[in-house]
Amino acid sequence: MNALSSTLAMPRLDLHDSASLLVSDQEAQSPARASQSAKMATENLSAWFGKNKILKEISLPIREKRVTALIGPSGCGKSTYIRCLNRLHEVIPGARMEGRVLLDGQDVYTRAMDPVALRRRVGMVFQRPNPFPTLSIRDNVLAGWKLAGMRPERPDDLVERSLRQAALWDEVKDVLNRSGTSLSGGQQQRLCIARALALEPEVLLMDEPCSALDPIATAKVEELIHQLGEKYTIVIVTHSMQQAARVSHYTAFLYLGDLVECNTTDALFTRPADRRTEDYITGRFG
Amino acid sequence: MTLHTDKGFEDELAKLREKILLMGAKVETMVATSVRAFHEQDNALANRTIEFDHDINRLEVEIDGFCLNILARRQPVASDLRFITTALKLVTDLERIGDLAVNISERVLDISSDPPRRDWPDILTMADIVQNMVRDALDAFVAADSAKAKWVIERDRGVDAIYSQLFHQVLLVMMEDRTAIQRGMGVQAIAKYLERIGDHATNLAEMVVFLTQGTDIRHPESLGPEAH
Repeated sequence: MNALSSTLAMPRLDLHDSASLLVSDQEAQSPARASQSAKMATENLSAWFGKNKILKEISLPIREKRVTALIGPSGCGKSTYIRCLNRLHEVIPGARMEGRVLLDGQDVYTRAMDPVALRRRVGMVFQRPNPFPTLSIRDNVLAGWKLAGMRPERPDDLVERSLRQAALWDEVKDVLNRSGTSLSGGQQQRLCIARALALEPEVLLMDEPCSALDPIATAKVEELIHQLGEKYTIVIVTHSMQQAARVSHYTAFLYLGDLVECNTTDALFTRPADRRTEDYITGRFG
Repeated sequence: MTLHTDKGFEDELAKLREKILLMGAKVETMVATSVRAFHEQDNALANRTIEFDHDINRLEVEIDGFCLNILARRQPVASDLRFITTALKLVTDLERIGDLAVNISERVLDISSDPPRRDWPDILTMADIVQNMVRDALDAFVAADSAKAKWVIERDRGVDAIYSQLFHQVLLVMMEDRTAIQRGMGVQAIAKYLERIGDHATNLAEMVVFLTQGTDIRHPESLGPEAH
């Protein structure tokens, strides 16, 4: 069956129940869905590298079990922003921040918060797939636990569950002892996602996770992000506006360290409120 | 508005706009000549109007293809996306207006052997209003003028009222005088075509409002106030 005929192969309507067809869509819809609560939030978050102020008083809610995309030109501060969310920014010499970052309403920059424990709750996937080259696929998935000096109760179950969640299990289940770097680029990136998921994070940060992947591998990772977005709170930084439009529920546009606009992805890509957003997403920036 | 960084894209959008304006100008001409053919009982002009429709059909297909190419290659968003999707819909309404001008011309030919026994000045008033509506809708598109587009929409009720009145006037005449039936039915049909042209001009104007403001103002009675 070709693509068009499969698109047209709609289930047939039961005309015996024709009265039910007269129930309008509006009546059939449930009452308006309550707005999603914020899993994380930043309040007046500013960040510096030395004297350079990279982020300027960013206040932004990160909605629970939703995908939020950050877009903006290079140097606008979007990667810095997500690195502030799991305290990776502060590990760079000369880097500092002000303002508050809240996780479930708790400030993550208090003394009581252990940054390592925080990073288990707020996991991260980087631009380039970075599996540990000397570790097997299986051990790569468990690497986060081992680095934390912990051992899961049922490691095999955890490996399978994480790889399944990362949509990689079927491709690697028979070669779990092979090196992680023996996989293709797209598979390696899904392995890194499995490694992050193995720690059972609440929030997943993704810094341009598809920028080193080909279109098919990108499509697989995007599909994965879409599925994970139902269970996890995800923040993704991307240079590809089409990607942001495809995978996210909310999109925030950052420009020169300012948060210009944050809206539902549907609204931002069809009716942006700010002229700078309009100019950027339509390619009118010089 | 700031120009696109990609000059090629900018040129494509400019070209699309030119094609729509060309199609709009041709459709406007068709409406004008079909009405003149009716008013002056000019069969030659009616025939030329019918022939002219091929130009409109060709432009519709050309603009559709052009829009699909831009969508596939540029993946536009925001105002560019609204412009391209609006263009796709605009040409459908323009093409329908062209068809209605053809229908008017065909009725002119049908009733040409039947000399007028009575004038119905309302039909010319109606023709004037809908021609202005089409022109203003296209002007509003060119100038991205949502106020002008809304003024087009407001006039449609007037057209509907004239049509309803005219329909009854002609009906009464036909009931009294059976020899007036053929011409009367032709006039009723032409009035209906003009009324439909008014509806298509209203559609064009609603699209201009969507294009300029990003607000869909169609079917408020179905969508409720929150949709807007």
